[in-house]
Amino acid sequence: MEEKELIVSTSPHIFADEDVSKVMLNVILALIPTTLVGIYFFGIYTAYVIIVSIISAVIWEAISLLIRRKSIYTLMDFSAVVTGLLLALTLPPRVPLWIPVVGTFVAIVLTKQIFGGIGGNFLNPALVGRAFLLTSYPSLMTSWINPVFGFITQSTPTSTATPLAIEKLKLPYSLPSYWDLFIGKIPGSIGETSAILILIGGLWLIYKKIIDWRIPVSYILTMIILSFLFKKDPIFQVLSGGVFLGAFFMATDWVTTPLTPFGRLIFGIGAGFLTMAIRIYGNYPEGVTYGILVMNVLTPLIDRTIKPRKFGGVKK
Amino acid sequence: MKLLTFRGGIHPSEKKDLTKSSPITTIPIPERLYIPVQQHTGAPAQPLVKVKDYVYKGQKIGDSQSFVTSPIHAPTSGNIRKIGLHPHPSGRPVLTIEIESDGKDELFPNISPVSWENLSPNEIREKIREAGIVGLGGAAFPTHVKITPPPEKKIDTVILNGAECEPYLTIDYRLMLEKPELIVEGLQILMYVLGVKRGIIAIEENKKDAGEILKNHLKRDMEIVFLKTKYPQGSEKQLIKAILDREVPSGGLPLDVGVVVNNVGTACAIAEHFRTGLPLISRGVTVTGEGVKNPKNLNVLIGTPVFKLIEECGGFLDAPGKIIFGGPMMGIAIYSLVTPIVKGTSGVLVLPRSFIKNHDPLSCVRCGRCLDVCPMNLIPTVIAEYARLKNIELAEKEGALDCMECGSCSYICPSRRPLVHWIRIAKFEILAKRRK
Repeated sequence: MEEKELIVSTSPHIFADEDVSKVMLNVILALIPTTLVGIYFFGIYTAYVIIVSIISAVIWEAISLLIRRKSIYTLMDFSAVVTGLLLALTLPPRVPLWIPVVGTFVAIVLTKQIFGGIGGNFLNPALVGRAFLLTSYPSLMTSWINPVFGFITQSTPTSTATPLAIEKLKLPYSLPSYWDLFIGKIPGSIGETSAILILIGGLWLIYKKIIDWRIPVSYILTMIILSFLFKKDPIFQVLSGGVFLGAFFMATDWVTTPLTPFGRLIFGIGAGFLTMAIRIYGNYPEGVTYGILVMNVLTPLIDRTIKPRKFGGVKK
Repeated sequence: MKLLTFRGGIHPSEKKDLTKSSPITTIPIPERLYIPVQQHTGAPAQPLVKVKDYVYKGQKIGDSQSFVTSPIHAPTSGNIRKIGLHPHPSGRPVLTIEIESDGKDELFPNISPVSWENLSPNEIREKIREAGIVGLGGAAFPTHVKITPPPEKKIDTVILNGAECEPYLTIDYRLMLEKPELIVEGLQILMYVLGVKRGIIAIEENKKDAGEILKNHLKRDMEIVFLKTKYPQGSEKQLIKAILDREVPSGGLPLDVGVVVNNVGTACAIAEHFRTGLPLISRGVTVTGEGVKNPKNLNVLIGTPVFKLIEECGGFLDAPGKIIFGGPMMGIAIYSLVTPIVKGTSGVLVLPRSFIKNHDPLSCVRCGRCLDVCPMNLIPTVIAEYARLKNIELAEKEGALDCMECGSCSYICPSRRPLVHWIRIAKFEILAKRRK
C-alpha cells in the first residue's frame, strides 16, 4: 500500500450538527406564529414594515462586513435576519417605512458591527434600535391602532393607546379582557401582543435547548411577585406590553446574557424587577426594553462574579 | 433500574454498529514490525538490542531504570533491521526498533505460564512490570505504577472500566463478550494485589448484553454496574463520581479517593499474561469508519504498521481523509500509513475525505453550551479565549489544568471554535513554565 496524503488536525474529529445558522433559523421559525398573527391583527402594511426591517438589517450587515473586510459569507449565520425581524416586531403597526431602516442601522452598525460583529456586542441590537427610535421619534413610536383583522382590509384603523398606557395614564379607553390580552387582540407593537403564540415559539426554543428556561421563568415570576407586593394586577402586568416577547426572545439572547445558569436566573430576576420599577415609577408606561438593556450592561459583572464550582474543586 | 452518570457530557452518534458484531480475528504476522521505545506515559525505554541481533518472540528489547516506564518486547522472532526514527501515533517521530520477521515465531526460552495465586502482591507487580503491561484504554499509563499506591493511601475499590464511551470503538465490548473469564480473573488479580474487597465492572447501558455475560463469571465481592451511555463516561474521574459519588480533588488521582481504575482490556491482558507467560505483544484494535471497506475487530501484534490492518479490512472506501488512532473524540490523526499500532491503540478510525469539513470559526456567541457539557464544570470558552490571547496566567486561574481534553466543548460549539485545542496549548505552556 503506497503512502496517501492524509489530513491531520487535533481532536475532536466529529462535531455536533447544530451551528449558529441552524440556531438562528430555529429562532426565526419560533417567531413565525407571532409574526403572522401580527400581520393578521394589524393589516398587510405591517408585513411591509417587517420586510423592510429584515432587508435593511441584512444590507447594513453586508455593508459593515465589506468595510471591515470580513467574509460576506458571515451573512449566512442569519443573525441579521433575526435582528431585523425582532426589531420590526417591537415597532408600532403604522410606523413610516424609514423607521425600521434607521432602527436597523443603529442595531446592526452601531450596536453590533462596531463592537466586532456577531458575539462582540454587549447590548441586544434590536432593543438598542428600538430604544433609539423611541427617544428620537417618540410620537411615531407611540401611535397605536386597534386590531383590524384580516391580512388585507379596507377599513381605516382607529387609533388608540396600549393597555399599559390606558392603565398608567388613566386614559378614557376601556381595558381589554384577560382573554384578549392572552391571544393578543389588543393595541401594541406588531409582534408583542399575542402572549400565547410567543409562548409557543418560546417553548419550542426551550425544547430545542436553544434558550434557557431560567430567564423567562425568573423574569415573569419576579414580575408576578412584585405585582402582588405593589397591589397591581399580576395577570394584566405580565400579559400586556412586551413582557413575553422580551422574556422569551430578547432576554434570552445568547450574546448579551450571562453564561452560567445561576447568572441567568439573576439576569431574569433583575430584568423583571427593572421592568416593574419603570412601569410603576418611571415616565414610560412600558419598561421591558430598558429593563433588559440595563441587565445587558450588568452581564459582564454577573459573569465575573458567578462561576460554577469546578469538578474536584473546593466547595464555596 | 436507575443508570449512573455524571453532570455534563455529550451524546454523539454512536456508530458502534459498524463493528459490534465482528468477532476479534487475528491477522497474519507482518514481514516487518516497528516497536517504538515510547508507548506509555513516562520515561522511554532504552534499546537492549543492536542492529542485526536475533530476537525471540516475547524477548525484552528495551527497558529503563525509571519507576514510571514500561519495557518493550519483540512480538515475533526475527532480526533487528534498524533502530531509528519512525512515524509514531503521537504525531512526532520516535526512536523505533524495526524487526524483520523470520516467519518462525520462535518463543523466547523461559516463557511459561505462572499461577499468580502462589505469588505475593509485590511479585505480581514485578511480573506485570516485566510484561510491559500498560493501560490499554488509551493513555497507556504503566499498570504496575497504578497498582502501587503510596502506603498512606487506603484503597478500597477497584473499578474495571468497560464504558467504552468513544463513538465507533467496540474492542472492549468484544473482549467482554469473548473473554469474560479473563477479565474477571484480571479483576481478581488486581483486587488481590491491592488487598481490596470491592471490585466493580462498569459498563454503559448500550452494552448490556456484555454485562449479562460477565455476570455469569463474577467471583466474590464483584459486581456489575450499568452507566448511562454518554461521553466521556469512561473518564476515570467521571466514572468514580457516577459509581461511588466520590470526587477526585482537582489535581489529584483516583488514589486520593481510595480507588484504582483499570480498563477491561488491561485486566484481560494481565490474566492472559499469567496464563501464557507472554508479555504484552499484541492487542485488540477496532478498525472502523466510513472510509474502510469491511470494518472489523482485529487482534494484532504491537508494531504492526497501520496499512496492514486496513488491507486486512479490504482497503479504503473512497479517498481517505483522516486516519485516527483512537476514537473520534480524543484520537490522534496520523500522517503516515507505516505508523505502528502501539500498546495504547484501541482503534483505527478511517474517515473519508468527504467527511472532513473545514470549519471557519465564528466569534463566541456565549451560548453557554460548553459550560453545560464540560464534565469538569469549567468555563471552556473563557479559558480558550485567554489561551488564544496568550494570557496564560488567567487561563491557569480559570482551571485550564483541570481540563482532561475530552473535546466535548469543541464538539458542541455552534460557532465551531476549536476550544479544546486552545486549552491544550494553554496547558502545555503552563506546564512548560512550571518545569523552568
